[in-house]
Amino acid sequence: MKEGRIVKIAGPLVVAEGLSGAKMYEVVYVGEERLMGEIVELKGDMAFIQVYEETGGLGPGDPVFPSGAPLSVELGPGLIESIFDGVERPLDAIREKVGDFIERGVQLPALNREKKWHFVPLKKVKDEVEGGDILGYVQETPLVKHYIMLHPEKSGVIEDIKEGDFTVTSTIAKIKTKDGEVYEAKMMQVWPVRKPRPYKEKLSPTIPMVTGQRVIDTFFPVAKGGTACVPGPFGSGKTVIQHQLAKWSDADIVVYIGCGERGNEMTDVLIEFPELKDPRSGKPLMNRTVLIANTSNMPVAAREASVYTGITIAEYFRDMGYTVALMADSTSRWAEAMREISGRLEEMPGEEGYPAYLASRVAEFYERAGRVKCLGKDNREGALTVIGAVSPPGGDLQDPVVQATLRVAKVFWSLEAKLAYSRHFPAINWLTSYSLYKDTVKEYFDEHVAKDFFDLSTESMRILEKEAELEEIVRLVGAESLSPSDQLLLEIARSIREDFLHQNAFHEVDTYASLKKQYLMLKNIIGWYKKASSLLSMGVDIKEIKQFDIWEKLARMKYYPESQLNELEKLLEEINNANIPSKT
Amino acid sequence: MQTSRQKLRKSLTYYRTVSEIQGPLLFVEDVEGVKYGELAEITLPDGEVRRGQVLMVEKDKALLQVFEGTTGIDVPSTYLRFKGKGIEIDLSLEMLGRTFNGLGIPRDGGPAVIPEKRRDINGAPINPYARDYPNEFIQTGISSIDGLNTLVRGQKLPIFSGSGLPHNKVAAQIARQAKVLGSGEKFAVVFGAMGLTFEEADYFISEFKKTGAMGRTVLFLNLANEPAIERIATPRVVLTTAEYLAFDKDMHVLVILTDMTNYCEALRQVSAARKEVPGRRGYPGYLYTDLSTIYERAGRIKGKKGSITLIPILTMPEDDKTHPIPDLTGYITEGQIILSRSLHRKKIYPPVDVLPSLSRLKDKGIGKGKTREDHADLFNQLYAAYARGKEAQELAVILGEAALSDMDKLYYKFAEIFEERYIGQGEYENRSVTETLDLGWELLSMFPRGELKRIRPEYLDKYLPRFQKKNA
Repeated sequence: MKEGRIVKIAGPLVVAEGLSGAKMYEVVYVGEERLMGEIVELKGDMAFIQVYEETGGLGPGDPVFPSGAPLSVELGPGLIESIFDGVERPLDAIREKVGDFIERGVQLPALNREKKWHFVPLKKVKDEVEGGDILGYVQETPLVKHYIMLHPEKSGVIEDIKEGDFTVTSTIAKIKTKDGEVYEAKMMQVWPVRKPRPYKEKLSPTIPMVTGQRVIDTFFPVAKGGTACVPGPFGSGKTVIQHQLAKWSDADIVVYIGCGERGNEMTDVLIEFPELKDPRSGKPLMNRTVLIANTSNMPVAAREASVYTGITIAEYFRDMGYTVALMADSTSRWAEAMREISGRLEEMPGEEGYPAYLASRVAEFYERAGRVKCLGKDNREGALTVIGAVSPPGGDLQDPVVQATLRVAKVFWSLEAKLAYSRHFPAINWLTSYSLYKDTVKEYFDEHVAKDFFDLSTESMRILEKEAELEEIVRLVGAESLSPSDQLLLEIARSIREDFLHQNAFHEVDTYASLKKQYLMLKNIIGWYKKASSLLSMGVDIKEIKQFDIWEKLARMKYYPESQLNELEKLLEEINNANIPSKT
Repeated sequence: MQTSRQKLRKSLTYYRTVSEIQGPLLFVEDVEGVKYGELAEITLPDGEVRRGQVLMVEKDKALLQVFEGTTGIDVPSTYLRFKGKGIEIDLSLEMLGRTFNGLGIPRDGGPAVIPEKRRDINGAPINPYARDYPNEFIQTGISSIDGLNTLVRGQKLPIFSGSGLPHNKVAAQIARQAKVLGSGEKFAVVFGAMGLTFEEADYFISEFKKTGAMGRTVLFLNLANEPAIERIATPRVVLTTAEYLAFDKDMHVLVILTDMTNYCEALRQVSAARKEVPGRRGYPGYLYTDLSTIYERAGRIKGKKGSITLIPILTMPEDDKTHPIPDLTGYITEGQIILSRSLHRKKIYPPVDVLPSLSRLKDKGIGKGKTREDHADLFNQLYAAYARGKEAQELAVILGEAALSDMDKLYYKFAEIFEERYIGQGEYENRSVTETLDLGWELLSMFPRGELKRIRPEYLDKYLPRFQKKNA
């Protein structure tokens, strides 16, 4: 293909002419520095290009080189524990090459070409294989077996496959295809980011993703393969929630996209994750994490690409049969990047200046989540859970990005500034949030936690709703004028809020609570409610009930480590044996 | 890039082809080899030279924003040439103690800086992988900041204020008192004023002079009566200087930018003149990205001794926190210190509105070995108690104080004392962090122990008795 010439430059948008034969979303290299860009509009001979780097210093007449391929990512061993920018350039290697600041025009492959990985075949010569079949694996980190799959579009009979140390681009197997050609399978696959990776069949999610966060697991669970969104104003703790989920979710792989957010937040993850231990395996959490960092000061077009880069990597691990959790923080920045490019393209704006296709792009993105039957003969299942943070201006839920997200995401964790101000974290409003997976995951809870877990959760929610009603009355007439049973309910509701829902992410024990611990905690609170109610009906004064030291013991429950959960069981006994204080 | 010969030829080519002038914008035709973002020198009919930057090029046409404004520019006789480079600033250690205008040209009558380095003011983004996490506690001597919204080195923490509130006093107090415990490292202040009145700028200068801080301060001033478009360059000039001092010269740099609201308005002016599709309240859709390229330049870098701590000040129009400027700022910065008009009316200084204020990085900067082991639990408890006290106060407004329960009455009282003694302090009062923490305990000791749920029992055992005795 012929190289083109720049005609116009306005911010991240460059217009070039002479690129005959160029396709939509084809990657091009702009200027002598060969800055990476992507064609986002074609008009006759003119190509409109969004450039992934700063465009200062470009001028009309500078060359534009076509690449012939759409924006793609490299998939293979070396992804885990890495940190990439929005177009999958390795940030650690960039630092080694150009220093602490990101210079322009740095071209580096995503996956290290020199590093050798030990490949162990799981198939043998003469085996018939189809697209998606697992050929073998590489032990990438102590936590992750990286399965090497046959490219989705290939199939045939294995002619040659052997164990050994290979780079990602060396041939690990030769496969004779139907039309007699020999396909040389490499460990690395290249996949266009805007095209979802294929699977056999989509299944309904039924298993909860356990996050160790009480308000989420007990009240608003998200299923493996489900979608959730966390909208909230700044300072309400979106990022802390995303970090907590990335840390404690029982996913096999975590892909964390820092999309247009703070640089220090990514540093936080980079420093903290290698030190934190996975509660199940005891291995560092970094061993299962892939990071995409396109911070707010990095080029805006690469920010637009970063969520696609991230989700393609996540789908790739899903295809291996893993449960993958993807956190995107924040999808609003992604939408704003779309808006900025759209504005430069002089498209007719929709709501708030966002492009008219905003909602469909958001839906397409969330729809790439799901529990699936993967390609390949073994019918393995994988799941990709997508959790997106949304940062609406002023915390206003009317924001088009929030509205577009709510139409597709099945779980809504509504963060509220008011809760955050009183340092109630996670600041998830228990009255407005919802989870559409609550009923689908009930069976799992019945089987794996306890039969009454679901009922306890429903009962607690009823108490909290009643509290909200009573508060109106208290506001008018004062708490003292309520009936004793209503006063007790208010105290219990406060206990649920402060002792159960409130969870300190920075406390070494409280940061994670197993389902069993959550169950026992809630059982104790509700158990005490029942007991105290019966004491009330036996004529004990509410003032005396407020004096019981059980209240304080309930407040301390969250600080018992997982190894001392028997203490919570003991507390239940104590609650059941609590009696009328002897009158002296 | 262009060869040096090309550059030379270009810088010798003059264009007398101005075709249109519109607000701060200038259109030129028949130009050749102009690059996006390039700097141009514009010579007016009366010989005055101004500077402009290329905002868009299309074939042989270029669009420039003129920093000093377009007043006096005409179509036929104004001529310009392109410099073949972006806007740069000359850097040297001699800048300390000097005053410059918003574009980095001396305005104190002194000689031009003999450059040791010359840098493009736009800088380049710090590689997130190269960042070091900010975790060194900075003691500002202000309880409401040290105790509840702790500032750490490399943080960007804005002050959200309103007109008539003493944000300048607070900023000057921070600049005066800020220190890292137990270190005698090199420290500098870079101060950028955008659209400040003469009086306000003079206040800062005299404060710096009075306390002997002038020798380690670099000032960039763009006053209210000076060209608005120049303000677009000012924060970038300031931060380029700060980067030089921090990462080339190993200094710990505190950057104060005031008032960011004026900066954003200049940006809106250019955007409107370009007839761009406006975002909220007429501000351009790329305001978030633009602000982040300023704020994100704060930080620390692995293996470098210096750091940049950034305190931007902005006045919220109508004290509205959801206005685009504070809103977008809050999404980028690591927290915010909000000043409250009602506290100010109660004559409480500094009027820090504790509940909505936040320092996101505090958790890494406090605790054992940094401030004290009990710090985290203590501030959680103080927050919770103050929040409940405020609720009780609201309730009392409706029902009357008598209708409150005994416990709520206690919280009510706590909130009052807390505002007066903990938040309130003198403009020249410099409290050590130990004093701040002890004060917190003292105030909390008015509650029965069972109410202090957010503090670990071992800390209650250790600290509470000391202060309970004191109270009794």
